[in-house]
Amino acid sequence: MWRWGSGMSISQHSGPPKVSLIYDPKVRSIAYQVILCAIIIFLAYSAVRNAIDNLARAHIASGFGFWNQTAGFDISQTLISYTAQGGTYGRAFWIGLLNTLLVAAIGIVLATIVGFLVGIARLSKNFLLARLSAGYVEMIRNVPLLLQLLFWYNAVLKALPDLRDSWSLPGSIYLNNRGFFAPYPIFSSGTELVVAAFVVGVIGALAFGIWARKRQEQTGQQSPVALVSLGLIVGLPIIAFFAAGMPATLEFPEKGRFNIRGGLEILPELVALVIGLTLYTGAFIAEVVRAGIMAVSKGQTEAAGALGLRTGPTLKLVVIPQAMRVIIPPLTNQYLNLTKNSSLAVFVGYPDLVQIFTGTVLNQTGQAVEVVTITMAVYLTISLLTSMTMNWYNSRIALVER
Amino acid sequence: MSIATQDDLNVPDARYVRVAPVEALPPPVAARGVVGWVRANLFSSPANIFLTLLTAALIIWIVPPVIEFVFTHAVWSGSDREACLPTADRPEVGACWAFVRDRFSYFIYGSYPIPERWRVNIFFAMLAVGIVWMLRLEAPRRDLGALYFFVIVPIVSYILLTGWEAIGLRRVDTSLWGGVLVTIVVSWVGIVFSLPIGILLALGRRSTMPAVKLLSVIFIEFVRGVPLITVLFMASVMLPLFVPDAYSPDKLLRALIGIAMFASAYMAEVVRAGLQAMPKGQYEGAMAVGLGYWQMMYLIILPQALKITIPNIVNTYIGLFKDTTLVVIVGIFDFLHTVEVSRIDPKWAAPTTSATGYVFAAIFYFIFCFSMSRYAKSVEARLGKADRR
Amino acid sequence: MKRVITTLALAAAAVFAASVASAQTLNTVKSRGMLNCGANGSLGGFGLPDAQGNWTGLDVDFCRALASAIFGDPTKVKFVALTAKDRFTALQSGDVDVLARNTTWTSSRDTSLGLNFTGVNYYDGQGFLVRKALKVNSALELSDAAVCVQQGTTTELNLSDYFRANKMKLKTVTFATADEAIKAYDSGRCDAFTTDASGLYAERLRLAKSDDHIVLPEIISKEPLGPSVRHGDDQWFDIVKWVHFAMIISEELGVTQANVDEALKSTTNPDVKRLLGTEGNYGEQLGLTKDWGYRIIKHVGNYGEIFEKNVGQGSPLKIQRGLNALWTKGGLQYAPPIR
Repeated sequence: MWRWGSGMSISQHSGPPKVSLIYDPKVRSIAYQVILCAIIIFLAYSAVRNAIDNLARAHIASGFGFWNQTAGFDISQTLISYTAQGGTYGRAFWIGLLNTLLVAAIGIVLATIVGFLVGIARLSKNFLLARLSAGYVEMIRNVPLLLQLLFWYNAVLKALPDLRDSWSLPGSIYLNNRGFFAPYPIFSSGTELVVAAFVVGVIGALAFGIWARKRQEQTGQQSPVALVSLGLIVGLPIIAFFAAGMPATLEFPEKGRFNIRGGLEILPELVALVIGLTLYTGAFIAEVVRAGIMAVSKGQTEAAGALGLRTGPTLKLVVIPQAMRVIIPPLTNQYLNLTKNSSLAVFVGYPDLVQIFTGTVLNQTGQAVEVVTITMAVYLTISLLTSMTMNWYNSRIALVER
Repeated sequence: MSIATQDDLNVPDARYVRVAPVEALPPPVAARGVVGWVRANLFSSPANIFLTLLTAALIIWIVPPVIEFVFTHAVWSGSDREACLPTADRPEVGACWAFVRDRFSYFIYGSYPIPERWRVNIFFAMLAVGIVWMLRLEAPRRDLGALYFFVIVPIVSYILLTGWEAIGLRRVDTSLWGGVLVTIVVSWVGIVFSLPIGILLALGRRSTMPAVKLLSVIFIEFVRGVPLITVLFMASVMLPLFVPDAYSPDKLLRALIGIAMFASAYMAEVVRAGLQAMPKGQYEGAMAVGLGYWQMMYLIILPQALKITIPNIVNTYIGLFKDTTLVVIVGIFDFLHTVEVSRIDPKWAAPTTSATGYVFAAIFYFIFCFSMSRYAKSVEARLGKADRR
Repeated sequence: MKRVITTLALAAAAVFAASVASAQTLNTVKSRGMLNCGANGSLGGFGLPDAQGNWTGLDVDFCRALASAIFGDPTKVKFVALTAKDRFTALQSGDVDVLARNTTWTSSRDTSLGLNFTGVNYYDGQGFLVRKALKVNSALELSDAAVCVQQGTTTELNLSDYFRANKMKLKTVTFATADEAIKAYDSGRCDAFTTDASGLYAERLRLAKSDDHIVLPEIISKEPLGPSVRHGDDQWFDIVKWVHFAMIISEELGVTQANVDEALKSTTNPDVKRLLGTEGNYGEQLGLTKDWGYRIIKHVGNYGEIFEKNVGQGSPLKIQRGLNALWTKGGLQYAPPIR
């Protein structure tokens, strides 16, 4: 019975000297691992061999040759230039990836705001507000995201007017069921100065922040970091813009027979997707935030109150910084979930990576293995990079125990 | 409070000593009853008053139209779209429940042959028994329950649902399955497979054997790092290429494999958290009495670790249940997809048909997920009570 | 985990050993006792199951004819509903034995996708559906229009080509399924919906107010739709090809479902005799039985019959024969002789 079937060599073996090799836990452990590896390798080998056989028998093309072939289909939202004529499948891939990142970035920012507001509101002393927040969280978390997205897409389309009855604001701003349209600046030469000013502003703001922190540690005096940073980051480029002689023109959207052309265009698909992802992930973030705040001992709030801090500063200076330690790891998970969930874009017709690449490109080329592998690799990379960054950040803010 | 009495001191009493405290005055009217509660909870400060008014406005903005849509303006009966079209004397039409009634059996069974639908009903009943047996912590013989739920029900219902000519059950192809049946089958297969595989993966991840650990970590992190849609794509598009031609699995089976893989990876992390919460003494104690690895895990560690993870396991199932909606991407008619297909049927084309379908689907999912989350909460509270003892 | 892997490995090994004996499609189908047919699950006239799972359509009847030729029983077909997105992988992976899902025959599908098209059972072309209220009379006026299109089809590519060739601007909105695309069009997201002309008539019937929409006259592409099989099995390729031809030949010879028994007994026409298997052993040459042609016509009917029943005058679609008339009547449907 002793260590029968043991897979772990937890304690040092110190039995009688003449023990058969079979009962040596180390030998057993190695044997198990060798067998396991052999099985995995065999499985992988037969899978690959089958795939090669199947592909060869069906004469399906393989390899990544399709990457540079002309795509020949149109995409409704392209952040980098693309034409059906000149665009390649590779280009379509990058466009899909950028669209995915765009929706993920917007979603993360908005979901964080919604999540923090609702999470704090749920702990509010105001009965009505706390109940409403709780109701929102329960409602959203218990209904599938896909259903919510379909609902929002239909709701958004239905709520918006036809092109002819567009809601419009002065300055060529339109809203209708084809999207939201607004003027968009087109930059000409001289813009480099503005960019340079922006970079200088960011560096300046960082430097000021470090200086201000040192000063506070030494003298206890606070500096208006937020104001100065804002001034540097926003103000400098604006000054540079005027100094360079305003090297930009606004492109105005124009009403055509069917559609509005030019300027900034936000598709209803994007709006529906962002609303759906934001509200859904926001509800989960709210729970994360609530748990984080509740993890901060009540004595902290009371001590802050005893020092005369009001509710706002107490939250900002005492509770949230401590809650962040608890919040960050699950928050990262929510960000990753949001990014992964953005792949549901395919159901509302938003051209994200999955829609363009595993949808259209897979179908036009028929190269399932390559296309699905690339898509998975992309999401995996995003996940790993985010986890690594967050782990690093987490280790930085973790409580240093002395 | 030790006040000496007269008898102790044996002196004539000259002082007045109050032995019982004065009854406290009631709080002022403004801090009592409904008024006090309202003042404390709704109108304690200007900011609070503002928040209350804002919230109240929001509620008034949202709730009455929803009630109007779902109840007062709803159409409850009718045989086609005519019933739900707005007319001159009824300009506002709410939910078209007639549509849901007409399509109800399609939502439940999909295209499962009508004379054979009793088999689906038996399946639902068997499952319900198993779920109640497993979920009630004080139910008798829960070990038998586990056997029933994880072994007997799968085998019996497989025979029941797909059919077996030898005992007179007609074969029903999985391409005819649909609706709630598919949603339940997919989520339940995910549950049945993800728990054992998840436990094995979690043990593998905590194993001291580097190869086992590495493989477990790779599998878990790989599956958790990609969206379910791509796992389903892989299962449906790539899997058939990896097995020989003649053994290509059925479409539904492929989706089930994808879901089971996905759920296992998430389950592994939940179980791992439970294993980590076990104090080291439990392991050492088990080894000290001479238990082997599997005995130690089966008899000592897992029963305790799984018990504290029940709430998280249930939460994972809620996620799984919601994720079953994604199988539509590989062309399987789950509940949501039957709603989607029905709402574009011209027979029921009316302004509110789509919204009605979505509201109905939302209620369905909400009931299931909400009761599961309540259950998780109650178990959590119970376990918490046990811990505090 | 180890146990699982061990079981998996054993299963895989068994599977692996068995697969060495390469299975020809016909034998696989026969031993399975069932033909797996990939069909459209949502296109009226071509492939559409009702709520009870009864399938109807031109492509569906083609598969029934194929099953009749093999088994003498048109019900021995399992229909697999495929979207435009997953149809090719379904055929490539052996999920279905034949793909009859209004699929356009193109060179790249014939080559790099590993398909063999066995013929054309419907000559189609791509068109546009628009609202009457737009007052558009020609597709050439559609510059700047938003067009809803289904993903993974030749229509997606033709659309880009057509707009570019005519120097028009285009906004596509792409959806994974035709259902979502037509619904988005119906809700006003797009000015036009595009697919094969036959499909436009079918989809128009599904709109809330079908009379408010018209099909524009332009046909912007050639869409020869036909069944296809995997590369590498010539016998199966021949069978699927000749089932189609047999249906055309029988229309040509005037043999119908109603008079086929009569013809079998009394005909003296050698063409009919060869078709019905009373002369020669043409069915056996294909690997089928002698009476394969008779079975097809007896159980399913000739090409003209299934056309009229599913998409022609006998159906709500009411599509004219047009290009799909027999070559003797000014159309393109033509079959090589059986001899």
